[in-house]
Order: sequence, then C-alpha cells, then structure tokens
Amino acid sequence: MACLILLSVGILFNLFGCIGLIRLPDVYNRLQAATKCVTLGTCSILIGVLVHFGFNDAGVKAMVAIPILFFASTVAAHALIRGAYGFGIRLGDRSVKDDYKDAVK
Amino acid sequence: MRYLTLFILSLIMWLLLTFKLTIPNLIVGTVVAAITALIFARYFIRNVHKFLEPKRYFWLFVYFFVFLWACLKANIDVAYRVLHPAMPIRPGIVKVRTTLRSDFARTLLANSITMTPGTISVDIIGDDLYIHWIYVHSEDPEVYSSLILGQFEKYIKRIVE
Repeated sequence: MACLILLSVGILFNLFGCIGLIRLPDVYNRLQAATKCVTLGTCSILIGVLVHFGFNDAGVKAMVAIPILFFASTVAAHALIRGAYGFGIRLGDRSVKDDYKDAVK
Repeated sequence: MRYLTLFILSLIMWLLLTFKLTIPNLIVGTVVAAITALIFARYFIRNVHKFLEPKRYFWLFVYFFVFLWACLKANIDVAYRVLHPAMPIRPGIVKVRTTLRSDFARTLLANSITMTPGTISVDIIGDDLYIHWIYVHSEDPEVYSSLILGQFEKYIKRIVE
C-alpha cells in the first residue's frame, strides 16, 4: 500500500515536471521544473521500489541510486544553466533582475 | 590516508551495489576499489580525519531532515507555479555571499540550493554565489540572502568545517 502511494506520488511529480517543461517561458525556468520535480518524483519512485522489495539486492540498489541521482541531477542542472548563459541565451521577458551579467564581463 | 579512506568508501559502495558477500565478489571489489582510489584520491577531500568525528554524523542526520523538508516545500512550490493558469513567476539572477571556505562545503551548499525553493546555482566567483530564482521575492540583498541560504549554511559549517 505504502509502495503504491509512493509510486503514484512519484509519477505525479514527474508529470508536473513535464508540464512545467512545456509551459514555462525560457530555458532557465524550464530547468527549475526539470531538476526539482523530476528528481523528487524519481526519488519517490525509488523509495517505493525499496519498500516493495525490502532490503535485498534490488531494494538496496534503488537506495544507492538516490544519492547518485541527487548529485548527478544538481550538477547537470548547474552545467546546463551556466552553459546556456555562456552561450548567450537571454533571460525571458518577465525577468526582473540579473546580477550575473556584470560578473561575467 | 586519503587513499585508504577512498578505498574503504569505494569498497562499501561496491558491496552495496552487488549485494553478494562471496569470496570472488570480494576479490573483484577490492581490485576495483583499489583502482578507483589510485586514480581519484588526489581529488578527494583533504582532512580525512573528520570522517572519524561522530558529532559530524549527528549534524548530517539533522541536516538530512532539514533538507528533506525544504526539498518537499520546493517541489510543491514549483508544481503550484507550473499548474497555476496565470503562472506567477518573476525570474531573475541574484548574488549572495557565502562564508563557507572549503570546496567541498561550497559544493554541498550549491547542490542544496539547487534542490530547494525555486533556486538553481549558476556559478561561484570568489565568495559570491550566483543564483537563478524563479520568483524574486525581494530586491533587498539581506532579505534574499537569508531566504536562499536559510539554515543550510550553518548546518554545513557544522558538518564539514
């Protein structure tokens, strides 16, 4: 039962992440949806797998995957957002502040 | 000392991943961990004796729950902004100053910031972290610094430094 709830929550958050990826205006905001919602969603699915299998080889692999996923997705987001800025993609029209512009020059 | 610590950590990781306590598996794991330690130990953190201080593990445990709570809030916040018909976003890049010194602590802080309320760290130049924020709540540097860094900085200081 707990396993089913965790899996449903995970898939729901992944869905929100995908909706955000389509709806939000520019690459920076899309990365926000892509990193946060998708990482928590996938972690939730992995914990669901752990609950389902218990502490045997499949469950422990799911548990080990969580910190790896966490570091991989944050580092990937950082690399993508910095790369996008370096490539010269402007912030969207609704942006209100850009401190980074002065620092790069 | 660094080589030994990284070797032990790699071996534990290998045993968790394969999850078999047989002799051939242990031999393969030892060889793989030794190769990993030989190649990557020079990028490993310097003061490995910190691994032996129990109070750091206690703060890591506390930090885990603080972080989990912030992470859940972040996800609900971003999901709300995505699903709201008018999309209440006000994005921008802000600059905050950190007092953490070591590279590892800064990496941990930047990763934590990426996972919490509507923020992604873009770059670190000197002592300044540049952070993309999906909703800039305030233009005042003191207010947004405390909003973004929150409690992370003080816990990370206790864990790592």
